[in-house]
Amino acid sequence: MPKITMNINGRETSAEVENRTLLSTALREKLHLTGTHIGCDTSQCGACVVHVNGKAVKSCTIFASELDGANIDTIEGQASPDGTLNVIQQAFQDHHGLQCGFCTPGMVMSAAALLKENPKPTEAEVRDYLEGNICRCTGYQGIVNAIMAASGQDVPSIAAE
Amino acid sequence: MPDGGIGAPTKRREDTRFLTGRGKYTDDFTPQNTSYCAFARSQVANGVIKSVDTSAAAEMPGVLATFTGEDFVEVGGNPAGWAIVSRDGEPMKEPKRPVLAHGKVRHVGDAYAAVVAETLEQALDAVEAIEADIDEQDAVTDMASAVAGAGSMVHDEIETNVCFDWGWIEDNRAATDEAIKNAPHVTTLELINNRLVPNALEPRASIGEYDPGTGDYKLTTTSQNPHLSRLLIAAFVLGIPENKLTVLAPDVGGGFGSKIYHYSEEALVLAAAKKLGRPVKWTATRTESFLADAHGRDHVTKIELACEKDGTFIAFRTETMANVGAYLSNFSTVTPTFLHGTLMAGNYTVPNVYVNVKAVFTNTAPVDAYRGAGRPEATYSLERVIDKCARELGIDPVEIRRKNFIKKDQYPYASAAGLEYDSGDYDTLMDGLEKVADFAGFEARRAESAKNGKLRGLGINAYVEACGIAPSNLVGILGARVGLYDAATVRVNPTGNISVMVGAHSHGQGHETAFPQIVADMLGVDPQSVDIVHGDTSKIPFGMGTYGSRSLAVCGSAVFRATEKIIFKATAIAAHMLEDKPENIEFNDGVFSIKGTNKNVGFGDVALKAYIPHDYPIEDLEPGLEETAFYDPANFTYPSGAYASEVEVDPETGKVTICSMVALDDFGVVVNPMIVTGQVEGGLAQGIGQALLENGVYDDTGQLLSGSLMDYAMPRADDLPNLVVDHSHATRCTHNPIGSKGCGEAGAIGSPPTIVNAVVDALSRGGHDVDHIDMPVSPSRVWAAMNK
Repeated sequence: MPKITMNINGRETSAEVENRTLLSTALREKLHLTGTHIGCDTSQCGACVVHVNGKAVKSCTIFASELDGANIDTIEGQASPDGTLNVIQQAFQDHHGLQCGFCTPGMVMSAAALLKENPKPTEAEVRDYLEGNICRCTGYQGIVNAIMAASGQDVPSIAAE
Repeated sequence: MPDGGIGAPTKRREDTRFLTGRGKYTDDFTPQNTSYCAFARSQVANGVIKSVDTSAAAEMPGVLATFTGEDFVEVGGNPAGWAIVSRDGEPMKEPKRPVLAHGKVRHVGDAYAAVVAETLEQALDAVEAIEADIDEQDAVTDMASAVAGAGSMVHDEIETNVCFDWGWIEDNRAATDEAIKNAPHVTTLELINNRLVPNALEPRASIGEYDPGTGDYKLTTTSQNPHLSRLLIAAFVLGIPENKLTVLAPDVGGGFGSKIYHYSEEALVLAAAKKLGRPVKWTATRTESFLADAHGRDHVTKIELACEKDGTFIAFRTETMANVGAYLSNFSTVTPTFLHGTLMAGNYTVPNVYVNVKAVFTNTAPVDAYRGAGRPEATYSLERVIDKCARELGIDPVEIRRKNFIKKDQYPYASAAGLEYDSGDYDTLMDGLEKVADFAGFEARRAESAKNGKLRGLGINAYVEACGIAPSNLVGILGARVGLYDAATVRVNPTGNISVMVGAHSHGQGHETAFPQIVADMLGVDPQSVDIVHGDTSKIPFGMGTYGSRSLAVCGSAVFRATEKIIFKATAIAAHMLEDKPENIEFNDGVFSIKGTNKNVGFGDVALKAYIPHDYPIEDLEPGLEETAFYDPANFTYPSGAYASEVEVDPETGKVTICSMVALDDFGVVVNPMIVTGQVEGGLAQGIGQALLENGVYDDTGQLLSGSLMDYAMPRADDLPNLVVDHSHATRCTHNPIGSKGCGEAGAIGSPPTIVNAVVDALSRGGHDVDHIDMPVSPSRVWAAMNK
């Protein structure tokens, strides 16, 4: 089995992987980074989005063995070491952008990539960008609100009362 | 009152772990020495198993064990939780649902063998080496053919594909028939409530463990109700004593009904763990979710509405065929009957209601409760036929509903479908809807759409549902095989902070945040000092779990009752500390005082005294401060709502765009409005998905055509409008202590008829003679309806 070394969340990390092992599987099974989730087998759901060399990638679409030397960012590296949430994570909590939490790691990583490309997206641009991330719980309302808020834009109050 | 009590939009504490990748879902657990399980699943919908040869698979690298249906012939079947009696008095047909298919496979995805290996890859490779000789038979997937018995029998031994033929209420049948025969106007509508695949984003997963040293089993699994799963596995399927089986449902990534049920994979990993003496793990692929999770809805219905010429309702008569798939899943028999037929009077003072439901076996995946469970089917049929009737009579759809609404001074109201609604105010909801959805501005918006070449329509809906199911005595008479109470233990620790063990399970609903709000409100303590423990049968009291929007109304009420007991005992301790009688003590904001004096003692000091009982009335009072309550509801709760949606139809393509979606709901007392808003928004998305996008389709040979997320259209962010949710028009539930009714399913119930009504409205206003389009209202269907 090939041995690969990646920089994951700022740390050099090595693992032996089969040629057929996907990055999503390698992260979860070999490196015990179980924050990256697997919700489908057709690269549709987006629960496994991570950043590879700074770009959002569905980690189920790429073989780990191709990634020797790559920089990988996952959900586990987003908050401060003391647990303080980053701006996007905090906005998700503030605007009820998650319920069961399963799609959340992929949503947060996609949102981070969006705001890096487009720091002040319109609501339509947010919805369009999230086309590759499925959430079954929230109806996306809290997620869209959270991303708008994280970009410093006004969103309507979330509580109806 | 402390900050963050009942009514506060408290941010969720569980978010921290989910947002940082520290949630622990079943597949995130890999106990030491874990082995991996994979299943061989039928590729045909109906077939006789001639032989299953696992000998080659057993010789594959890493393979530890193989299983076939033969290995489970001696153990029990997975039962239906509710016994339904047909109109002729015959009990329903209950063919055995084995752990692994034996003799026949009955749907694509039916598991007939399993392999356990050192690695998942080895298990998957070995499944490929299983040699199965399965003689394919004609499949029956269409309910009408299945009822006619024209093709194959799904279960040869019962000699019919009709599980039951149920009437509700049988005593109303003749009067309803007569009323319809004599009515001045009758509107008839035939419709299909499309099959849905729940698609909780976390696929099901199960880990079985067995300790040969103690004989203890442990099942970690994706369940909405770990005690119910334990009961089914113990009492019906494997016969493991309940005291030797712990079921742990850790973080669960959504359920929507599909994770209520006990599934065969859970039994298999437990049996395999016992055989191998090591943990056995199985995680579904999404493909397996599509093929082997319980699906939802799938009714074919004819509904008739009889009324006066002025629109006063006289009778509703419904005939439905409900698909139960190849096997009876645990709630599959109650869903199309008591969760559907009892709601067929809707929000209305109609005097005659009769419902006939035939449950039909087909060579498809089992169908069971999915978000709303029977109530979306009831509301959809009713609210569609009412809209059609209004159009036929030239009455405004708002007015025909208002004319027949139960009025707010009529509660409690005995509906013609057998329920007693305790509270509601449908007119006020409709008043609110007219304002929030700006009905007055619709014509201007329609003109604007017309300028852009689009047909705009406005659809409305009113619904009432029954949640918090319901008195155990009553449901027992109606055929339930379980009680439907829930339980909570409130444990005040010596230092005054509190652990609450609950029977409900949180998989997105935010119980860890909302339940402490109740306890904090009652005890006058900081909500952050209250923690919820759920999902582990070794820690929590026996509870029935989370489904049917019951958690707050039933389990929350148990939390409330247990907390009352804490206050009662703590008052006695405080009375001793204050040297007075309990009846002279009052408790406010966390402080016990002698009435009319400033002599007092705080809750924390009382808690400490309970655990360090020096100078304590030990003859009269046990030490400690821990109480359990089992709460059995006196009635269902009856959330209701009024919804509106505006849509634009592109006449060139038939594409429907939702311009607005407004939901006004009466949930009674709301504990956490932020969470409740989120629940409604999620329900709306699932309802919009049903109305516009989602469809579980089998072909004639029983292949699931929409069997992946490439083929089954899930709502995405760009399919949905901004959702407007308002739950400020509330009437209290009169019979539970919190006054709450339940909010989880509302959005999925109210939105599908709203959208279809809006689409039909748009086409009608555009001059098209269209009175119905079946869901999903796809561009091709809309275009075909416009161009017929």
